[in-house]
Amino acid sequence: MKSVLSVGIFLVVGKTLWAMLGDGTMGRHALNTLFRVFCGLALAAATGLVLGFLMARFRPVERFFLPLVSALMPIPSLAWAPVFILWFGLGNTATILVVFYAATFPMVINTWTGARAVNPLWLRAAGAMGANGGAMFWKVVVPGASPFIITGLRLAFQRAWIAVVGAEMLAASAFGLGWVIFDAKEFLNADIMLASLAVIGAIGFVFERLVFGSLERSTVLRWGMVRNVKA
Amino acid sequence: MIHVTEVSLEYDTPHGKVLAVDKASFSAAESEFVCLVGPSGCGKTTLLNMIAGFFPPSAGEIRVAGRPVSGQGLDRGIVFQDFAQLFPWRTALGNVAFGLEMKGVAKEERERVALAQLRLVKLEKFAGAHPHHLSGGMQQRVAIAALTREEMQRLLAEVWRTTRKTIVYVTHNVAEAVYLADRVVVMTPHPGRVKAVVGIRLPRPRDPLSVEFLEQQKSLIAHLTRQEEET
Ligand SMILES: Nc1ncnc2c1ncn2[C@@H]1O[C@H](COP(=O)(O)OP(=O)(O)OP(=O)(O)O)[C@@H](O)[C@H]1O
Ligand SMILES: [Mg+2]
Repeated sequence: MKSVLSVGIFLVVGKTLWAMLGDGTMGRHALNTLFRVFCGLALAAATGLVLGFLMARFRPVERFFLPLVSALMPIPSLAWAPVFILWFGLGNTATILVVFYAATFPMVINTWTGARAVNPLWLRAAGAMGANGGAMFWKVVVPGASPFIITGLRLAFQRAWIAVVGAEMLAASAFGLGWVIFDAKEFLNADIMLASLAVIGAIGFVFERLVFGSLERSTVLRWGMVRNVKA
Repeated sequence: MIHVTEVSLEYDTPHGKVLAVDKASFSAAESEFVCLVGPSGCGKTTLLNMIAGFFPPSAGEIRVAGRPVSGQGLDRGIVFQDFAQLFPWRTALGNVAFGLEMKGVAKEERERVALAQLRLVKLEKFAGAHPHHLSGGMQQRVAIAALTREEMQRLLAEVWRTTRKTIVYVTHNVAEAVYLADRVVVMTPHPGRVKAVVGIRLPRPRDPLSVEFLEQQKSLIAHLTRQEEET
């Protein structure tokens, strides 16, 4: 009986998913969600990179921001959603801020660590060959820290993706994959909820594999700064 | 003080034993700078590894400061010619061109010069390869192409002048040996033997263009070429 039931659910969800993809509603929800993720992620990446590098370079900046980061990081980004809604109302702004909050910390921490982990031999060699501040930063520190930065981006994307779905449940007025689930809950539409979950998983998977995978292949893997295990 | 007495080493290979070093003897007095020279495969690296204590000789004895060498010790430092300071994110060409780039040399010009440098170390075919695709020796040659010879010699001479450490230095470059050494150990390959030990009694700092320097260099080259005729 049970297996018949679950096979039935798969069929229903598949059909619902197919229909929602066909009439464009699912695409529209996904685009809304992706838009929010990218706004939040872009803000987080910019903030994280700038702050991380400054913290690694200037002691006072590190001394000021590190405790702040340590204090803010453990707060779940979703816990901010009601606050942001209170300040900015329902809609994109609050959602993007939640995403931003979730994604910033892995970016800061990884950039900060990456910049400090740059092989001192490279810095010394570059200095001996006459690299000054700007060249040292762009041509040695940034590529030297790239394995960490890419990991930071990866983690930031994952946390952003998790956060956006939650935030949409609370803060989105209409549209978005998270909102779909929330909305379907009102009508006990399990098939729509599951269809949305499937799309959320699929998009996350595609980004992880394709975007970050190829980013890694074209940089740190190609340079031998990280290695794939042998077969 | 380093005493190498009748030291031999056999490598075990799938094709049988290879006598890499055959009854080699020489010594380096306190604060003396000794150069090992000789063609590729004559056992210089093997000897150095045994002095460092990475593996024991098959026969003979090595004493440092009167005590027989067993294993690695803090009384000996070993610096490999592995200039791990190549930038992994740059190609061989990009690495060699870095210094020129920092000096503001235009792209075309610096790539032309860098390619010429790479040609000197016979790596022009690998101009586009990233360091991790090159063998250790090839990486060294890239680093050497990037470094001017004088820079390296000046650095070494300076280290020795200030620290007064006993140094055993491996080089293929006769001029370099004459510039740096108190004594030069000339080796011959297959099997690796000490052919001659030549004292260099020129005052320091040495002028590579002086008549005495060139004479000294000529007589060393004579030692090396004579041995090649024999083999
Ligand atoms: N791990 C090994 N196994 C077997 N044979 C080896 C090994 N390492 C070196 N040999 C052999 O021992 C001999 C001496 O090698 P060694 O590396 O000491 O030469 P080298 O004088 O340092 O040469 P080069 O100037 O090319 O660095 C060579 O003939 C080489 O083929
Ligand atoms: Mg060698």
